[in-house]
Amino acid sequence: MNTMPEKHYLNEKRGWKSWLFTLDHKRIGILYLYGIMAAFLVGGVFAMLVRLELLHPGRDLMDAKTYNQFFTLHGAVMIFLFIIPSIPAALGNFVLPQMLGAKDVAFPKLNLASWYIYVVGALVAIYSIYAGGVDTGWTFYTPYSTTTSTSVVAMTLGAFILGFSSIFTGLNFIVTIHKMRAPGMTWFKMPLFIWGLYATAIIQVMATPVLGITLLLLIMERVLAVGIFDPAMGGDPVLFQHFFWFYSHPAVYIMILPGMGIISELIATFSQKKIFGYKAIAFSSLAIAFISFLVWGHHMFVSGQSQLASMIFSFLTFLVGIPSGIKVFNWVATMYKGIIRFDTPMLYALAFLFLFTIGGLTGIFLGTLATDVHLHDTYFVVAHFHYVMMGGTVMAFLGGIHFWWPKMWGRMFNKKWALLSWLLIFIGFNMTFFTQFILGTKGMPRRYYNYLDQYQPLHAFSSYGSWVLGLGFLIMAVYLFYSIKRGPVAGNNPWGSLTFEWKSSSPPPVANFETEPILKHGPYDYDKIIPERTYS
Amino acid sequence: MDTVGTLFMPPEGSTFAGEIDSLFYFIVYASMVIFGIVLFGMLFFGLRYRHSRHIAEATTPGISHNTKLELVWSIIPTVLVLIVFFWGFHVFMKMNVVPKDAMEIKVTGQKWFWSFDYPEGVTTVNELVVPAGIPVKLLMSSQDVIHSFFVPDFRVKMDVLPNRYSVTWFEAKRPGIYNLFCAEFCGDGHSEMIGKVKVVNEREYAVWLEEGTSQGEGLSPEQLGEQLFRSKACITCHSAEGQRLIGPPVNGIFGHDVVLKSGQKVIVDENYLRQSILEPQADIVAGYDPVMPTYQGLLNDRQIDALVAYIKSLK
Repeated sequence: MNTMPEKHYLNEKRGWKSWLFTLDHKRIGILYLYGIMAAFLVGGVFAMLVRLELLHPGRDLMDAKTYNQFFTLHGAVMIFLFIIPSIPAALGNFVLPQMLGAKDVAFPKLNLASWYIYVVGALVAIYSIYAGGVDTGWTFYTPYSTTTSTSVVAMTLGAFILGFSSIFTGLNFIVTIHKMRAPGMTWFKMPLFIWGLYATAIIQVMATPVLGITLLLLIMERVLAVGIFDPAMGGDPVLFQHFFWFYSHPAVYIMILPGMGIISELIATFSQKKIFGYKAIAFSSLAIAFISFLVWGHHMFVSGQSQLASMIFSFLTFLVGIPSGIKVFNWVATMYKGIIRFDTPMLYALAFLFLFTIGGLTGIFLGTLATDVHLHDTYFVVAHFHYVMMGGTVMAFLGGIHFWWPKMWGRMFNKKWALLSWLLIFIGFNMTFFTQFILGTKGMPRRYYNYLDQYQPLHAFSSYGSWVLGLGFLIMAVYLFYSIKRGPVAGNNPWGSLTFEWKSSSPPPVANFETEPILKHGPYDYDKIIPERTYS
Repeated sequence: MDTVGTLFMPPEGSTFAGEIDSLFYFIVYASMVIFGIVLFGMLFFGLRYRHSRHIAEATTPGISHNTKLELVWSIIPTVLVLIVFFWGFHVFMKMNVVPKDAMEIKVTGQKWFWSFDYPEGVTTVNELVVPAGIPVKLLMSSQDVIHSFFVPDFRVKMDVLPNRYSVTWFEAKRPGIYNLFCAEFCGDGHSEMIGKVKVVNEREYAVWLEEGTSQGEGLSPEQLGEQLFRSKACITCHSAEGQRLIGPPVNGIFGHDVVLKSGQKVIVDENYLRQSILEPQADIVAGYDPVMPTYQGLLNDRQIDALVAYIKSLK
């Protein structure tokens, strides 16, 4: 029978001050978790409203102006407030020092500061809704964004501030990984989630400043009328696209690489098996991080960019796809001769493999010059993006949440409800987004408030899917919150995993470990050790 | 005749559509094979090695890697994507090199309609009429923000920019009417910026050009105005039946007062209407955004007279 530890990071100190002034990476991770879950709820509600409006052509419940603001807010909230900080700042903060066998991150005060910067950035971004909303799409393309009457400045200022939060987290993680590994933990004995976070942190530190500069130039143009992007003032609108994608393409790898790290942990743990091709997975993360800086022009094949540039960007795009493919094969091969348990986190890992593979393969159509001309700016792109970001990152995030949930709170969620919720999310997701591949190839442009009758049945089916998806998330919210106080006690190592964070109590003590841990085996040595599962 | 298209693709309306579709379906089939391998591996291993099939707890084999296997699954996909890359590049170049004998039409995008200028002096709005079997070069620019010229049935898409010309071309295979979309988000009327490409045979095209230069003879000014109200895309933003669209409705306004953004009241007369068509930014009606582009050059005096006459007639 498992019992809760007497003292742990959640009850050592109490009261709201102990949370708002905490320097404990675990508590900061939880603070981030609340922030991003709130953002996910807000972004999700906008998505449901957008899908509801698209049930029929013409007006269902809002006018074009409102619709344009809603899809912009859906995108901006989900990208800047949810998905970028989701895995690194929430789960990464909670897990990374524990996985390394460290007491905390290298700069705990900077860590707390980055959460406050996140909150300030989020508030400024949300203020834009009161100040008239934003209707540019999350991409802020000029000269539309410099001429529209909506409050673009507040939203871009919010994204600008959020960028610093992202940079600080990245910086903190890089130093922590270099300097604070436990004795015996060499680079190639680090869990692969750490490699994923490391590659992510490099991109965060190197690419985010470019977004900052770009958004600052946009604000200068709007406020001070300095002509940079708007041709009416002598600027070049395509320059904005180059700047924007120079950050935003690497940024999609900020979103997916940590997710890939989680998948490595889940597949190894629930197959009770040494990860196949450890070095291939670790190095492919770094390869993706570096090549990701060289592919931004594949967003611009029909923008008027030169054909030579387009050809080079197309070629490099295929290069960045190969390491992702190799990872997928490695994960499947890890399952070979394992002892496989279909616990909730593993279900999400399998959903990731299924959906991310579709997301990756459909990327080939968009990286190929001739087919991209037809598919660019249609629902095909929307579907591809959601398969990679939601089918990929969000599935990995949900897998990670369920995996580390008992470590965070010491208690287990209800697995039957979790199975139902997983099933609804998986089915609802495919209903919503696979349909959009067909809408796109049939020529339905994205960001359309109204559409021709011929697209109505597919749009309606996609909207029905969004309701199934929403119901799945609703159930998840209920059983997860319920389990925090009332779930059965999970024990130190409910899944039988070999990485460091499972050696301490659940929830862990403030200093993470009672005594400084020393690494005696690799993170995936399931050929030598059978870890005991404290919960079944 | 192919009017439905395939499961994924719309009908092939241009000469290069078929080549794009062949490549598209090659990627579909290759992807299905790779996806099938991943899915089979997942399901087979998942069932074959599931926990309940094990009697006692045991360690698992410590397979760390397999160089041969890893080379296979690195090299085969690399070769496949290289094929796709070169194939895609090859077709892309065909789509970008305009044949020398192509006829040229000037395309202008503005919020929220398309206008087309023919070398013969004809101007149309939201309707691009072209002959079948002859390559057509489009020289495109925008009056305001970025738009994108997209005809799904032709597999043609090209951004239309405010500070430079962009070029695309196509050769329509057979007569018919095809949808033209704006594919780059451009504001409130983005999804209303839909035109038609009308492909006719060469003889019909010649007749159409001739009629185009002497448009609207034999119609009363009101009738011509009604026609222009539709064909020049006024109807995208202005209702003739009193609804509030992107712009104010135009019925029942003549001879009445209207409140402007500045708070000033003006009476709607012939000159007010004429100025609102040619210099739409001059007097903005309260409660609306200053988004209408000028129709200077798109309408001749006779057409403006007709539009004014039509609006006067609306109750």
